[in-house]
Amino acid sequence: MLKIENLQARIEEKEILKGINLEIKPGEIHAIMGPNGSGKSTLASVLAGREDYEVTGGSVDFLGKDLLEMSPEDRAKEGLFLAFQYPVEIPGVSTTNFIKTAVNEKRKYLGQEPLDAAQFLKTMKEKMKLVEIDQSLLSRSLNEGFSGGEKKRNEIFQMAMLEPKLAILDETDSGLDIDALRIVANGVNQLRSKDNAFLVVTHYQRLLDYIVPDFVHVLYKGRIVRSGTKELALELEEKGYDFIKAELEKETV
Amino acid sequence: MQEENDDILEQITSSEYKYGFVTDIEADEAPKGLSEDIVRFISAKKNEPEWMLEYRLKAYRQWLTMEEPTWPNVQYPAINFQDVIYYSAPKQKVAPNSLDEIDPELRKTFEKLGISLDEQKRISGVAVDAVIDSVSVATTFKEELSKVGVIFCSMSEAIQEHPELIKKYLGSVVPATDNFFSALNAAVFSDGSFCYIPKGVRCPMELSTYFRINAANTGQFERTLIVAEEGSYVSYLEGCTAPMRDENQLHAAVVEIVAMEKAEVKYSTVQNWYPGDKEGKGGIYNFVTKRGICAGDHSKISWTQVETGSSVTWKYPSVILKGDHSIGEFYSVAVTNNFQQADTGTKMVHIGKNTRSRIVSKGISAGKSQNSYRGLVSVAKNASNSRNFSQCDSLLLGDKCGAHTFPYIEVKNNTAIVEHEATTSKIGEDQIFYCNQRGIDTETAVALIINGFAKEVMNQLPMEFAVEAQKLLAISLEGSVG
Ligand SMILES: Nc1ncnc2c1ncn2[C@@H]1O[C@H](COP(=O)(O)OP(=O)(O)O)[C@@H](O)[C@H]1O
Ligand SMILES: [Mg+2]
Repeated sequence: MLKIENLQARIEEKEILKGINLEIKPGEIHAIMGPNGSGKSTLASVLAGREDYEVTGGSVDFLGKDLLEMSPEDRAKEGLFLAFQYPVEIPGVSTTNFIKTAVNEKRKYLGQEPLDAAQFLKTMKEKMKLVEIDQSLLSRSLNEGFSGGEKKRNEIFQMAMLEPKLAILDETDSGLDIDALRIVANGVNQLRSKDNAFLVVTHYQRLLDYIVPDFVHVLYKGRIVRSGTKELALELEEKGYDFIKAELEKETV
Repeated sequence: MQEENDDILEQITSSEYKYGFVTDIEADEAPKGLSEDIVRFISAKKNEPEWMLEYRLKAYRQWLTMEEPTWPNVQYPAINFQDVIYYSAPKQKVAPNSLDEIDPELRKTFEKLGISLDEQKRISGVAVDAVIDSVSVATTFKEELSKVGVIFCSMSEAIQEHPELIKKYLGSVVPATDNFFSALNAAVFSDGSFCYIPKGVRCPMELSTYFRINAANTGQFERTLIVAEEGSYVSYLEGCTAPMRDENQLHAAVVEIVAMEKAEVKYSTVQNWYPGDKEGKGGIYNFVTKRGICAGDHSKISWTQVETGSSVTWKYPSVILKGDHSIGEFYSVAVTNNFQQADTGTKMVHIGKNTRSRIVSKGISAGKSQNSYRGLVSVAKNASNSRNFSQCDSLLLGDKCGAHTFPYIEVKNNTAIVEHEATTSKIGEDQIFYCNQRGIDTETAVALIINGFAKEVMNQLPMEFAVEAQKLLAISLEGSVG
């Protein structure tokens, strides 16, 4: 589904990603962990097509297409979704209207008829249950005045509505209390299928108790320095990131 | 509504001003320039009674002593008032006695603009007065309206047919001496609409006037007068477009509204005069005086405007709240892009007791444009328990444009409550990227955001206009982001 090879990217002359290799197959859940500032959000942004980042090398294949050649909106319509670490507020635009526009833009791209009001409402009702989100929240301006937890749940709700092939969750767990965390994880687990895949970026292993990954990667200073199964996450949790740092220093000496 | 929203977004395809065509039709024009002779020429062309000519000449002499205002926050080269043609009428083979006799070219022009002069073809009942350059070419649904006593006709016709009403009300809200441009208008106005709603009548359909400048080098000086008698109601719409020309053209209109006791007038404008090109060449100078008076108790006047056109706009639709418990409203969306400049707002003059006013102004600036809100709320000594609420929001696209707010408040009664809120926000790259990431392209994202921003005002527009206006907003801002 996704094949990243030797991906390098920088922002304002600063090298951040220094050669990322990662392959994700349909049905898999990958977790990316790493200390703050290691480049996790940068990787997510580069995959989503944020222009601030300059790709300086490498390639990304997404479902047989050159991802890096596509506009951000086409990437989305091809089935890439990013749940933002910091979702933005858009005053005056109701969440419902926003999602409806997004859903129908995607349908148009795929040559499908737009959903009419009744169909849309029906789908929305189903997905609302999934993430235990309230109608009243969706009538309000997008993310405006939402609590941290509401914003994150809204991201997962949008994901549910758009049914992406690959969803990247950037620290969706941070700032969530345990109940909200369970709701978010529950949403992801229910959306999981053999045809889609998830890339879960997280700082803590806590989330991985709920969303069990097939693979765990550690990103450090712009490189994936360790890959393993979910046990790696537990080891990290136990020993902290310093242990990785120490090990790496040993290796480079 | 949602459905329409989506349609509108889909229709944003061309970024050019789509009303910029010229109708090839012979015109009957006055020579360039302004003098007493020209004023007499216009009056004679219209076969006006002596009192009307006198009114014009007085205004003209007054104008000669006045100076063009310089206080608005706009800049444009000095206008040479001797280089303007003050009268231009499309030559029709015969004067039309009925709608069927209208020159096919003219008919086509209005069809192109989406306005049918065919009464049968109108699905929604909207009566139209179509004005090209200096004259009204057609007014629809006249007979149907006259059955309930509503007079809706061109100003020229009103001067002939209803001289008593015109004598009584013309200039009663905006005197010729009010300002430089209103004096100019009073001297040379050529046409416009007159509408009179008798006591207790709820006008059975929307009334609208569609203004079109066609001829080169001409100015348009229309005059609109609306009189709503006791307990009556009317909703009135005004639309305007012009061809794309390299020279600037002058539009100096005057609109007067009189609302008697318990009468209500809703006046909506979608102003889409040619704004000039991307380099700021050409476009209409839109210098307009609009004012209504709530003459009777419990009367209400509501202005709604969507201003997307003109290269320079100078316009302050105002309400004089004379009657006790009267209400004035001003809802405005002003969009400026490229090199457009707008200085617009309102005046709410509270004179009666328990009067209320509400101002909602949404300014959207893009490109290198300048957008100013200028508003005055004044409360007279005897206007006890008056209230005003003003909300002025600005939205910026990019960082080369400007938004300015000049709210003036004069309160002479200490029981009055005057509230003013203002915000300035920017469409951020992160908002656009967020939309992009959801599969929404940048143009659509901008349209979504600005329609959200302007929603409160758009909701005030009659349905048929709202759809048109939403499209316009999106189109005027095309290419301004990303
Ligand atoms: N817009 C930016 N301008 C400059 N540096 C940035 C910008 N965004 C991120 N960085 C830098 O890139 C590095 C990686 O950041 P980020 O990808 O956000 O890390 P993580 O998500 O792993 O915490 C950090 O050193 C951060 O300071
Ligand atoms: Mg991050």
